[in-house]
Amino acid sequence: MNPLAQIGRAVLTVLAEIGRLAVFTWHALGIGLLPRWYFRQWLLQMVRMGYFSLPVIGLTAFFTGGVLALQIWIGSSRFNAENLVSSIVALGITRELGPVLAGLMMAGRVSAAIAAEIGTMKVTEQIDALTTLSTNPLKYLVAPRLIAGVVTLPLLVVVADIIGIMGGFVVGTQKLGFNAGSYLANTVNFLQLDDVTSGLVKAAVFGFIIALMGCYHGFHSRGGAQGVGRATTNAVVSASILILAANYALTATLFAK
Amino acid sequence: MEQVQDRRETSAADGAHISVRGLKKRFGPKVVLDGVNLDVKRRSSMVIIGGSGTGKSVLIKCIIGLLRPDAGQIFIDGEETTQLKGRAREHLMGKFGMLFQGAALFDSLPVWENVAFGLIQGRGVPRRKAREIAIEKLAQVGLPAEVAGLYPAELSGGMQKRVGLARAIAAQPEIILFDEPTTGLDPIMAAVIDELIVKTVREVGATAITITHDMNSVRRIADEVAMIHQGKIIWHGAVSQLENSGNPYVDQFIHGRAEGPIRMQVTKG
Repeated sequence: MNPLAQIGRAVLTVLAEIGRLAVFTWHALGIGLLPRWYFRQWLLQMVRMGYFSLPVIGLTAFFTGGVLALQIWIGSSRFNAENLVSSIVALGITRELGPVLAGLMMAGRVSAAIAAEIGTMKVTEQIDALTTLSTNPLKYLVAPRLIAGVVTLPLLVVVADIIGIMGGFVVGTQKLGFNAGSYLANTVNFLQLDDVTSGLVKAAVFGFIIALMGCYHGFHSRGGAQGVGRATTNAVVSASILILAANYALTATLFAK
Repeated sequence: MEQVQDRRETSAADGAHISVRGLKKRFGPKVVLDGVNLDVKRRSSMVIIGGSGTGKSVLIKCIIGLLRPDAGQIFIDGEETTQLKGRAREHLMGKFGMLFQGAALFDSLPVWENVAFGLIQGRGVPRRKAREIAIEKLAQVGLPAEVAGLYPAELSGGMQKRVGLARAIAAQPEIILFDEPTTGLDPIMAAVIDELIVKTVREVGATAITITHDMNSVRRIADEVAMIHQGKIIWHGAVSQLENSGNPYVDQFIHGRAEGPIRMQVTKG
């Protein structure tokens, strides 16, 4: 086969996909977020996406905080700067690892679930059925998930920040021999409001990406069980990659001093 | 003067509830509907027959507005509907009820909420009142009130179809569409569903369009029959004329002969 044709085909496929995603996003925001609002669904999605992600994200944050304390201690002890452990753990968790790891965990848990649910609804004509019952699927299915993503991930990150710092504290005081009082004092004195809020802004963007990818791939799935499986995989992979890319973009542009 | 002439040519036939004119739809290179013309009288039952992949589903999805045709017009009560958007489209949707092939029940909701969905979400009926109506509609399709609290996954295929039918008639639609209502059911359940369709459509006083390839079903449900082949209506008449249509395509189809003018289609349309 002609290699040029293959390159051309691949480029066209990618461009078509970007176009479809842009149109879907535009419709989701332009139509989905207008009234009428299905508050019951909003609440339901916040509970399902947010509340039920708490254990996963809490555990991730705890172990990450602990590991961070160990690694930073190893590094800082090489030039006798062990007292930096608490402040760097706090900074690392709130600015970076809290939002990114919570985002990635939620992408795995939630994007997949959304894509599978909406994809199954699509292939079993439940989405068509919604439309015939005078209910716009963008308002009933997509908007509640987007809102739940944007609202709950920052809240989860607040929890992740606290648990992550606690993980560092437990390892720091129990294993590395820090004094509990001075460890906490170091953390509190060093941390600035900006460190936390910048992480929360990231989280809101990641929450949007997670819900959008789940909905988009679910809506565009076709061809039965295999199609739904593919949609689920694509949702998780694309959400994860977009989170990492957006993370760099946000860090580089918005928070550069 | 010319404009008036144009209008008369393209507008709905007198007295027809639904009129389809020159409807075309293609998916990529595949032409599915190639200029369909069809009139359905008010309160009559039209059955559209045709092989798999001939565009039956696409036709009714265009009529109800789930798909947008590439060309042609659809008149409902004399109003052209293919260009409707937003609220006007949602308002029109309120005239329709549809029973999907796989019933398409919402599996996250109990049976009664499925039946009452259009009432609660579409029309803002309070939940308690909607539940009462749902139980009434379930009774109309022969289901006891105990079913109301079950989830769709707990029901057999035939029961799901009944719930789907109850959902389709719940909001008193003027037009009900049935997408292969008996496919996948045993012959007895198929007969039961056919009878229910005839009964409920009469009770609601609706116009019905059914697509099917089940000939028993056609004879039980239809007032009129149209056959679609390669994206066009190739025959149209009363169900009593079906046996003597004089059309070799119709003859082959209704007698299920392997040999004849219709060739098997391999890929999906």
